[in-house]
Amino acid sequence: MNLTAATLSFCAKLLCGAKIRWINCQPDICQRIYFANHTSHLDAIVLWSSLPKEVRVLTRPVAAKDYWDKGVVRRHITKALKLLLIDRHEITARRSPIQLMMNEIGQTDSLIVFPEGGRSASGELGEFKSGLYYMSKKRPELELVPVYMDNMNRVLPRGEILPVPLLSCISIGAPMWLEAGESKVDFLERARNAVLNLKSED
Amino acid sequence: MLCGMERAGMFFAETAQQIPIDFATKAFFISVIATLLILFGIGRILKGRPDHFIDSAVVRNFNKRITSWLAMTTILSAALLFNETTTVVIFFLLSFWALREYVTMTPTRRADHRTLFWAFFLFTPAQYFLVGLGREVEVFNSKFDAYHLYSIMIPVYASLFIPFRTALSGDDKRFLERIAKIQFGLLVCVYALSYAPALLYMKLNHWNPSTNSLEPWQDRNVGLLFYFIVLVQVNDVMQFIWDKMVGRKVIAPTINSTRTWEGFFGAAVCTSLIGMLIPIVFAGRVTPFQWFGSGCMALVISVMGFAGSITMSAIKRDRGVKDYGTLVTGHAGVLDRIDSICFAAPVFYHVTRVFLERRPAATIETIETAGIWNLLS
Repeated sequence: MNLTAATLSFCAKLLCGAKIRWINCQPDICQRIYFANHTSHLDAIVLWSSLPKEVRVLTRPVAAKDYWDKGVVRRHITKALKLLLIDRHEITARRSPIQLMMNEIGQTDSLIVFPEGGRSASGELGEFKSGLYYMSKKRPELELVPVYMDNMNRVLPRGEILPVPLLSCISIGAPMWLEAGESKVDFLERARNAVLNLKSED
Repeated sequence: MLCGMERAGMFFAETAQQIPIDFATKAFFISVIATLLILFGIGRILKGRPDHFIDSAVVRNFNKRITSWLAMTTILSAALLFNETTTVVIFFLLSFWALREYVTMTPTRRADHRTLFWAFFLFTPAQYFLVGLGREVEVFNSKFDAYHLYSIMIPVYASLFIPFRTALSGDDKRFLERIAKIQFGLLVCVYALSYAPALLYMKLNHWNPSTNSLEPWQDRNVGLLFYFIVLVQVNDVMQFIWDKMVGRKVIAPTINSTRTWEGFFGAAVCTSLIGMLIPIVFAGRVTPFQWFGSGCMALVISVMGFAGSITMSAIKRDRGVKDYGTLVTGHAGVLDRIDSICFAAPVFYHVTRVFLERRPAATIETIETAGIWNLLS
């Protein structure tokens, strides 16, 4: 692990006091897509740094290109964390982000995605975008792992630059897969509920 | 900034490590840690026993407490033996963590974010910085007593700043309630607790019975702080035991179902007796108190420790959590361990100050105004 990644993950862990709980799920290096609620800039880095080292080196957070491809500092962080940048605005059939992600992870890597598509300001879990569905349609054998990150929106809410070091908790739930013949709406609803269930499981 | 740091470093160095710690104080440290080690061993043995012999939940609770106290006393005595500044830093970290638990548990609104930032990163470090400066700081060639600042910073200045900063954020929903929450958190977790390490910087007298007069106490106050922490913990154990053994009349059933009047009085008597024993056993070298004074101080600690744990129970009840440790799963509850210390520390400090503090030779007015005149002329 490089110095930037080490420093960032150390600071993020210190700030968030993150406690990780594996509920009906064990850390594994098999290919997975971790999907989580998104309320703070720190989400990806905290979740990433909370994973065991062996898993971490194989896991890449997915982030927005319009934000992370600007300026020297952000580009440096993007490189250090091996962020996978997705263009949110120009989604065409030819430049499909799903295809890009599938190409990037190959047969080894895992992904961290935030299916709400952006940070929610209120901390409530929004509707999921359909990317998760198309990904599992392409690669149905990938394990989809729900993650609920508690209190992160209080540590560093949207629009703030100064953090408040509260204690947060990351719950990682049981893997799920796309069922045969399951519709997009049903599947996304099931995935969203999987995240919400982790919230109530305190 | 750098200049300030250097100056501060100089101040810190001045107070530390001039007088060696005497044998009796060391013996006190060792005997406390030894007692805890014995209890720790007993806990381990009990753990191996079958369930019907003794309630296993009680044993688990006992083991957990003993382990955390053993860790706490060992760290504290190491810091105390090292120097005063280290001890202040340790209490700063404790405060910071306690405030963290407190705010995590307290519902705050999005608009409180920046106020909370200042509470964590300005007032908390500033309070301990001032405590660590000590009682005689050289500012512009005159002596300044940092006590005059740290004793009012949070109750006065923070309590003015917090509503102001919250008002600026433009959210008026439950305004008074929100500022009160933050203010109370700072008061209990930071301000009150900082009086414990502040004990180290007091200049005290002690009563010499052979000459029948007050004489300067020629010792660092490490024994005094350790004595205070130990008595708070002893009082907690005594209350626990008395509640379990003879407790009948519950004081406030909706707040805390285990605290009884029998437990309160039993613990007050036992803690006072142990307080009286300490100067007798350790030849009056641990604290400047004689046996009678020590008993009274132990009584003060007992009452305030009780007040602390009842008050913090009320907050926990309000928030629907049993321990601060369980509010975020897996985190150890620091606030659970230090609630009685928080309430007892300021009172212990001020009672000691009223009766035993050495007054400076010059009058207070001269010292305080000299600096200002220097600036003006």
